[in-house]
Amino acid sequence: MTLIKEIDFGTPESKAEKLVTLTIDGTTVTVPEGTSIMRAAMEIGTEIPKLCATDSINAFGSCRLCVIEVEGRNGTPASCTTPVAQGISVKTQTPRLAAIRRGVMELYISDHPLDCLTCAANGDCELQDMAGAVGLRDVRYGYDGANHVFARNNGEVNFDWKPKDESNPYFSYDPSKCIVCNRCVRACEEVQGTFALTISGRGFGSRVSPSMDEAFMESECVSCGACVQACPTATLIEKSVIAIGQPEHSAVTTCAYCGVGCTFKAEMRGEEVVRMVPWKDGKANHGHSCVKGRFAYGYAHHGDRILNPMIRETIAEPWREVSWEEAIAFAADRLKATQEKYGKNSVGVITSSRCTNEESYLVQKLARQGFKNNNTDTCARVCHSPTGYGLAQAFGTSAGTQDFDSVDDADVILVMGANPTDAHPVFGSRMKKRLREGAKLIVIDPRRIDLVRSPHVTADYHLPLKPGTNVAMVTALAHVIVTEGLVNLEFVKARCDWDEYQDWAAFVAQPQYSPEALETTLGVPAADVRAAARLYATGGNGAIYYGLGVTEHSQGSTTVMGIANLAMATGNLGRRGVGVNPLRGQNNVQGSCDMGSFPHELPGYRHISNEAARQAFEKDWGVSLDPEPGLRIPNMFDAAIEGSFKGLYVQGEDILQSDPDTSHVSRALANMDIVIVQDLFLVETANYAHVFLPGATFLEKDGTFTNAERRIQRVTKVMRPKNGYADWEVTQLLANKMGLNWNYAHASEIMDEIARLTPSFAGVSFKRLDEDGSVQWPCNENSPHGMPIMHIDGFARGKGKFVITEYVPTDEKVGPRFPLLLTTGRILSQYNVGAQTRRTENSQWHPEDVLEIHPHDAEDRGVRDGDWVRVASRAGETTLRAKITDRVAPGVVYTTFHHPVTQANVVTTDNSDWATNCPEYKVTAVQVATTNGPTDWQHQYRELTEQSRRIASTIDAAE
Amino acid sequence: MSHDSVDKLVKMANQIGKFFVAQKHPEGVASMTDHLKKFWDPRMRNAIVAHVDHGGAGLDPIAIEAVKRLRHRAGAAESELRPGEGGSDG
Repeated sequence: MTLIKEIDFGTPESKAEKLVTLTIDGTTVTVPEGTSIMRAAMEIGTEIPKLCATDSINAFGSCRLCVIEVEGRNGTPASCTTPVAQGISVKTQTPRLAAIRRGVMELYISDHPLDCLTCAANGDCELQDMAGAVGLRDVRYGYDGANHVFARNNGEVNFDWKPKDESNPYFSYDPSKCIVCNRCVRACEEVQGTFALTISGRGFGSRVSPSMDEAFMESECVSCGACVQACPTATLIEKSVIAIGQPEHSAVTTCAYCGVGCTFKAEMRGEEVVRMVPWKDGKANHGHSCVKGRFAYGYAHHGDRILNPMIRETIAEPWREVSWEEAIAFAADRLKATQEKYGKNSVGVITSSRCTNEESYLVQKLARQGFKNNNTDTCARVCHSPTGYGLAQAFGTSAGTQDFDSVDDADVILVMGANPTDAHPVFGSRMKKRLREGAKLIVIDPRRIDLVRSPHVTADYHLPLKPGTNVAMVTALAHVIVTEGLVNLEFVKARCDWDEYQDWAAFVAQPQYSPEALETTLGVPAADVRAAARLYATGGNGAIYYGLGVTEHSQGSTTVMGIANLAMATGNLGRRGVGVNPLRGQNNVQGSCDMGSFPHELPGYRHISNEAARQAFEKDWGVSLDPEPGLRIPNMFDAAIEGSFKGLYVQGEDILQSDPDTSHVSRALANMDIVIVQDLFLVETANYAHVFLPGATFLEKDGTFTNAERRIQRVTKVMRPKNGYADWEVTQLLANKMGLNWNYAHASEIMDEIARLTPSFAGVSFKRLDEDGSVQWPCNENSPHGMPIMHIDGFARGKGKFVITEYVPTDEKVGPRFPLLLTTGRILSQYNVGAQTRRTENSQWHPEDVLEIHPHDAEDRGVRDGDWVRVASRAGETTLRAKITDRVAPGVVYTTFHHPVTQANVVTTDNSDWATNCPEYKVTAVQVATTNGPTDWQHQYRELTEQSRRIASTIDAAE
Repeated sequence: MSHDSVDKLVKMANQIGKFFVAQKHPEGVASMTDHLKKFWDPRMRNAIVAHVDHGGAGLDPIAIEAVKRLRHRAGAAESELRPGEGGSDG
């Protein structure tokens, strides 16, 4: 293996259709109009020396190294800022150009430390490369005089010198090595869109400055790594490279954090990760990253990781480390005994949205083939199950309609119940880029998320609705569209069921659904709702992006269908720039759904009652399958408390922390005879486990993840599993101990089986993925290379279905005891339950969960910023610190759920979506009061955790 | 089943009923019956059928009707609606 090096074309690709032909050094080249001469030269393999240009950002023309001569033109223009023209003849190397470049390099080097041998960028330094390329042999100016290199000049303090900024845990900033090429500043602006960096001063005093000459950690910097990647020298460099050295080989793999699915080059030295660098050819991220994927992989070798299997008879005992054989035998025996005693339907599985497709497939196969029941579910139950249900109803497929690139053509972006800059940061940056280009923005969210107002982005309309009123909102928007005659009737007539449309139109047109009538329900001025509806319907390409703020409600499925109604009524489907786009939470939540993790459907979303589908699997697996749906996660808990569900195999999912109503979940788990947890760490759920099977990280196994745009991408093993086995191998051990005789030697063989049995995956194989880089399902005979945009000529289900969306207020209502509404969300630096990110330096950004509360509500309760407060609901209570902010409206409080000490889910309730039982995380009626510290529950829980994490010493006393 | 569990099923059934009662077609009761067949595990269906047999306290009329129809037919395999109609909930 070698180090993968992408070609740097110097300037971005031109999207023009018109082609231009020119000659460069006598070679003819044809490129799109608007291409720079630098890029055109690189197309034919001629690398013009450059320092301030890189193809992720626009040309800047400051370094003057890329000068060229154009026949018949005066002077030596910069090739990065000079576009190609028809018929011109360019020379990239003449004595005059060589002399200019050498002169420029001399000036650079005269103010640069000459510590190349001990420099961390040695071997990966563009300044070094350019010195070589231009033939620099001498620096006539010497190194004395004014400089930024030395702390002292001739014993005098050098005020131009600045010390290193080591404040960021992942990269360092050494101003003495900076050549002020501006690439970091432009990457922060153009790629990330944070505008945290600038150049302060002017002339010789010009310095890269985070915010107002602050330390990186004090500035607005979000540590996405774009500046580090753009830096041509060691000025901004990963601390891991400083510590380890340059990598020697790399492999492309897919990030295991959110549903964006960024691809990275894992740059390695042996089996040690030197750094993760976003891959330029990655179709989801195009070379960009966030603080999690880029830097937060340290959990893979954290000391908390459990590497040996463990068992215990009861959860009161300490853990006992045992061999894999013993642990697997113990687990299989108990599962079998449980089924014998309580019936075949008394056990089940939970597949992981963090594991690979192949792994989820095997876990559900274990349930259906091995347990002979359909008790399989996955984390999507608690996040996007309403998306699956709702979009399958409306369009016929359980997935988003677009690829991420589609946003480049959106004219109006409607974001509802999603916070892309925190939860899907790389796509959030992409969206901000389009907004800076002029697209309009509507945000529907109870909280003022960053997108509402951030540098160079302002929402045209922010509709801060009361939590729980989503259906009323989408119906009010529909009311305006229908009653003001903004419906795209041509689209509706051609593509949708006309009778259903008419019923729907008559329903939403009723006066009680007007924004004015719903004003008090929504808490949003009617005029804003009307204006937003008009903008979405008439502003050109309208694209809807939504998240868990839509799905995690008692009417989550109804809202999803309401969103689909809006897109169909306005004809915003079936082409670039439009669509209905769920932003998926976890890296493989789409994939785990595709893989048949749900209790009622086989891989590829075919209902278990579907005879033909069932027969295909029965034939392949050699068993008969139960045609009845199994239990969903919340139903499993209910059945456990009731006594008919006694055994659970959970792979890579911390249900105790992530699922609502913690005390209910813990009672259910405590009632089981066998709980098998397969994970990296002793997660909260493991407190109630009898078997702990150590899991592998995404760096340690092969497989595939499927992101929010249905894109299937490879996960590549770059090191041997520290625990001994990839997760699919562990499942295979367990299955074989249950008597199933599986013989998969590689993850690709599992994908081959999936393709064989799943029509929408028929064309997928590791070979195809390696050839194409990625494919978006459906991938079969009709679309052998996948389908970026769905429903182009017709909906998968035939005619689009309009569904009537009657608003039913949630049972979770505010009253005298619980007068505030709590809603929950995510923060950039942490991920989900935090099991991974809390075990990295990311905790420096978010050391604890805090409660956001409006100043009015805080004053009423005597709460000051930073006070400990008690949050109580009818389900339970917890304590955390208050943060006073007007980002939340009066009456609304907000927190995250990343920390087990806070356990935000102690207060969330067992209310759920009517169709899918997706929990209503986003609305809980609470009261907030000042308090002295943690609740009794938190104390007890901490004790329980300490108790249940005891591992018996296996070392005999010394003799 | 304990009272708690039945109460929860009643609540869930009423939620489902509220959605289907609002739809014009296909007919609400049939759709609700189908939904229960497609998404409720047999032990949940049995429990709600038993509850209706005992009077169905707390259930809305549409839910009672839908559960009654559930009793007379086998499970999901006998669903009357064409594939995809009941919806998948991925």
